[in-house]
Amino acid sequence: MKVRAQIGKVLNLDKCIGCHTCSVTCKNVWTTREGVEYAWFNNVETKPGTGYPTDWENQKRWNGGWVRSASGKLHPKQGAKWRILANIFANPSMPEIDDYYEPFDFDYDHLKSAPDMDHFPTARPRSKITGERMEKIEKGPNWEEILGGEFSKRSQDYNFEDVQKEIYGEYENTFMMYLPRLCEHCLNPTCSASCPSGAIYKREEDGIVLIDQEKCRGWRMCVSGCPYKKVYYNWESGKSEKCTFCYPRIESGQPTVCSETCVGRIRYLGVILYDADKIEAAASSERETDLYGAQLDVFLDPNDPEVIAAARRDGVPEDWIEAAKVSPIWKMAMDWKVAFPLHPEYRTLPMVWYIPPLSPIQNAAEAGQIAMSDQMPDVRSLRIPVKYLANMLTAGDEEPIVHALERMSAMRLYMRALTVDGVRDEGIAARVGMSGRMIEDMYKIMAIADYEDRFAIPTAHREQNEEGADIRGGCGFTDGNGCSTGETGKTSLFGGKKKSFALPLESF
Amino acid sequence: MFGDFDINFVIFGVMPYVALTVFLFGSIARYERDPFTWKSSSSQLLRRKQLIWGSILFHVGILTVFFGHLVGLFTPVWVLDALGIPYGLKQWMAVLIGGPAGVAALIGGTMLLHRRLFDPRIRATSSFADILIMVLIWLQLAIGLLTITQSLQHMDGAEMVRFMTWSQSVVTWNINAWVTVVDVHWLFKLHIFLGLIITMLFPFTRLVHIWSGFAAPVRYLLTRPGYQIVRSRRHRPLEERRRAFDKRQAKPGPSATTPAE
Repeated sequence: MKVRAQIGKVLNLDKCIGCHTCSVTCKNVWTTREGVEYAWFNNVETKPGTGYPTDWENQKRWNGGWVRSASGKLHPKQGAKWRILANIFANPSMPEIDDYYEPFDFDYDHLKSAPDMDHFPTARPRSKITGERMEKIEKGPNWEEILGGEFSKRSQDYNFEDVQKEIYGEYENTFMMYLPRLCEHCLNPTCSASCPSGAIYKREEDGIVLIDQEKCRGWRMCVSGCPYKKVYYNWESGKSEKCTFCYPRIESGQPTVCSETCVGRIRYLGVILYDADKIEAAASSERETDLYGAQLDVFLDPNDPEVIAAARRDGVPEDWIEAAKVSPIWKMAMDWKVAFPLHPEYRTLPMVWYIPPLSPIQNAAEAGQIAMSDQMPDVRSLRIPVKYLANMLTAGDEEPIVHALERMSAMRLYMRALTVDGVRDEGIAARVGMSGRMIEDMYKIMAIADYEDRFAIPTAHREQNEEGADIRGGCGFTDGNGCSTGETGKTSLFGGKKKSFALPLESF
Repeated sequence: MFGDFDINFVIFGVMPYVALTVFLFGSIARYERDPFTWKSSSSQLLRRKQLIWGSILFHVGILTVFFGHLVGLFTPVWVLDALGIPYGLKQWMAVLIGGPAGVAALIGGTMLLHRRLFDPRIRATSSFADILIMVLIWLQLAIGLLTITQSLQHMDGAEMVRFMTWSQSVVTWNINAWVTVVDVHWLFKLHIFLGLIITMLFPFTRLVHIWSGFAAPVRYLLTRPGYQIVRSRRHRPLEERRRAFDKRQAKPGPSATTPAE
């Protein structure tokens, strides 16, 4: 057993209202720079839809993630090491910027600088790459918002596999949900495995996957390696960039920007202890439907005295062990089994998990006569097909999804009985294998979702890992070339942009 | 004092040392102080068209030519003699291998240069150095291929041996190296001169990615066990930390071994 800790994350899709506050605050903090205008470390997709970049879930097309060979060994789907190196001159699996969208802005200046004209001036779109006028915007970061576009295009969605999708094109039968996406900070990331320079690494202390901007050479194999398409090539700096899990915030015990600002309070952060020795075997599970269960086995119970002893021995700080015991992630993933990894079949063992959404009862003709099974609403007749959710979250295995949806609807029934009738109906809880106390705890964390219940983030222990004197006078957190002092004029001798260090000034 | 001054001495006697010094120290300086600028500057994201074929043809061709020059110029003449390889045969090999590789590189280079100059996205995001170095390499390839017309007129290998002697004299600090190439055809001279210019520009352009291109396979295939990289900020490796912990506890650690171990 090799115990490591990671700050894991759960998103409760049942409560996502698709407001995009997460995306916008993330963008304002991280990707408002030249070269990454098109990049959204966090984006929200309307499902069903092909997403951003187009059709990202279809690994037959993009070759992301891992494949298991006949001998049971894993290698990246885009090829083993030698194959990746052979593609270094031109990466056949890499999307073009048009697969995301050509970044643009509107020519707002024209509104005030236009001369006297017969017609009202308009703000035309201009490309952020070439600066030229764009006659027609073909794509954007959220092109299919609220089921935008024809069903024939949206229904290319990979999660429709084995679903009779035709009826969902009908107005009466259609369904939708939101899927906020960010880097999964996987236990077995393909981006880092694909990097010939060894620039991408996972941090031992908190599991965050980062790209070393000084070691990245722009071979761009990570872009195609990541099955979630969450590594972005910055065309201005020539380096790849990705979600940093807001590590400067996490290190000081604060939630990521997307979680902090989430209006629907759907995002949870907490410590998960895991056994690093089990990762390879779990990711190599023979059947894709076993991957979800195998990943659960990688996680370690923070209340098990043997795990605690091993964690101490392997250097997990005491407050991290305590945080693991109250981790909302552990409760949702392990205790209640309502959270699932996104596309476990990619074999990356992702660490950002999702609670599937409940939806209205499907059959409009039977309105008022809700399909019940064993006095519970039949979750198989919900508007969002269970198979669709299973394709997204459990590699097609419907059983765990049904189980989770039943627990969530039982929570509603139980709490209704409690608040309306004043009855603690243990029978409802028992039918889904829970107790009333568990359901009330689940309600507190998932429905009420107070700040303190959503986030249990211990601070990083830099005092144990770094010598303060060594980093004195260092250049601190920089974006790009900030540490270089070789500056003369506009650019440095070697072509890097000059970035001046400005102390914040007080202005009144 | 400068009565018998010869420009050939400056170009073929002095400039190689200047070029190699700038190349080496420039590369080290850039790697040390501006690692963020060290990159391949790929533009594949912005335009796939013409890049896939252009880049593969260009790189495979130019790498073949590069190693051909390296082996061809720096193999000591006595090695050829010892192996009994006739100079004429070696020159034929150079023409037959280097010629097609050079043509492939030139075709690929033309596609890349055309794309760089005329594709609005690539043009808008190119720096002056990007365009300059592509033009110089394209010219160098064209001139290199033109020298074949001269080589074919004397296939005994004698002229080739002069270039070998010159290269080897330069790297063995022979001050009279330049004399060996004084009276070769001007195309050869121009080719060498341009090569030295490109060597000097190397550290200040995207060409530095060549270093990484050679280093990456070694690191990725040979020195990196497995696929994953985990970085720790803790001072001591795990095993050492465990031993220290056990010592503090004054008892053996938990006997927790998993089947995976």
